Amino acid sequence: MTKVTMTVNGKPVSGEVEGRTLLSQFLREGLGMTGTHIGCDTSQCGACVVHVNGQDVKSCTMFALECEGAEVRTIEGMANADGSLSTIQQAFQDHHGLQCGFCTPGMVMTAAALLEKNPKPSEAEIRDYLEGNICRCTGYHNIVKAIMAASGQDVGAIAAE
Amino acid sequence: MYAFDFERPTTLDEAVAALGTEEAQALGGGQTLIPTLKQRLAGPAKLVSLTGIAELRGVCIADDGAVCIGGATPHAVVAAEAAAHYPALAALAGNIGDPAVRNRGTIGGSLANNDPSACYPAAALGSGAMIRTNIRDIAADDYFQGMFTTALEEGEIITEVRFPVPQKAAYVKFEQPASRFALTGVFVAKYADGVRVAVTGASEEGVFRWSEAEAALSSDFSAGAIAGLAVDAENMIGDLHGSPEYRAHLVKVLTGRAVTAAG
Repeated sequence: MTKVTMTVNGKPVSGEVEGRTLLSQFLREGLGMTGTHIGCDTSQCGACVVHVNGQDVKSCTMFALECEGAEVRTIEGMANADGSLSTIQQAFQDHHGLQCGFCTPGMVMTAAALLEKNPKPSEAEIRDYLEGNICRCTGYHNIVKAIMAASGQDVGAIAAE
Repeated sequence: MYAFDFERPTTLDEAVAALGTEEAQALGGGQTLIPTLKQRLAGPAKLVSLTGIAELRGVCIADDGAVCIGGATPHAVVAAEAAAHYPALAALAGNIGDPAVRNRGTIGGSLANNDPSACYPAAALGSGAMIRTNIRDIAADDYFQGMFTTALEEGEIITEVRFPVPQKAAYVKFEQPASRFALTGVFVAKYADGVRVAVTGASEEGVFRWSEAEAALSSDFSAGAIAGLAVDAENMIGDLHGSPEYRAHLVKVLTGRAVTAAG
């Protein structure tokens, strides 16, 4: 076992891990932060997306020891300081961007990464950026709508399906 | 996953030393290797992560104009930083996998693995790139030696890939609809001394150059120049996604599209 130290949602954390311990496993089992979901565990579904040093990554396909000294942000760090939902989270609720909710942590983290790089994405750009996030409930439509709304854009143009 | 020791050196020399031990393996971004480990298709005694080595990351321009990419540079960085210098290469990097995968996967990892459906081998071979390692320079024509096989020796690390910039180039891939891997992909590049055409995803031998098309396109760089050519289906990959004949057909169609896209 090796000691790993990183910052998660602004808080310094550390733990003993094996070389093969995945970041997703360290977050969930080591730190008890189960907001990061493991869907496929094969880097296809994106439910486990977190930010490492500002970059969106699949935490099931990265070792905890690769995050030594890194700044990690998870879904638990997305709400506002007073506990209210962030703009993106609120938009997912307002536009019914989730049904079962399993993919939502990854969707929100991916959406946040997109909006940091591209504050006013087009519908096509949003759909393209969601390539690595799978939702089996919504058909994506309301997720795209929520991200459009979260970026302050008019969603009237997106027709209902 | 089987257990292994893990090292994350911060200099190339430390990485070379760490890889000198028995059953040690280099880890790039891990976007192929980690899934492989999970399936227990690999069982190294030690993994040596190359992502903490600053000197292996980044894109720069050499004195001769070549685009030089550090071996541990993620695809997303190549997509952003090579765009102004070699747009076809940047576009290829920006279409590998998905955004999260592109933030981790590296050019050195892709070329060292040499997956028969990977995109980067087509760019490297199609550009006549130079693959630089900690011990030598290897021309792309000598580097790729068949599916998942390269000229790399045990413990050898790709430090940089140097791409001569062509006058025109384009990469077109026909995506397998589920995995989005290239069912077949063609990289076409026009240089002052001739055209290079590299094909990925199609052959049992891995990435290859289509020399008949190169000759035809070198004298007439238009999609019509390859109209009379035929691709032999022998040695093409046949699986549930496409027969050898289908892939052979794709090679020709995509080459024409790449030439048109290159303009």
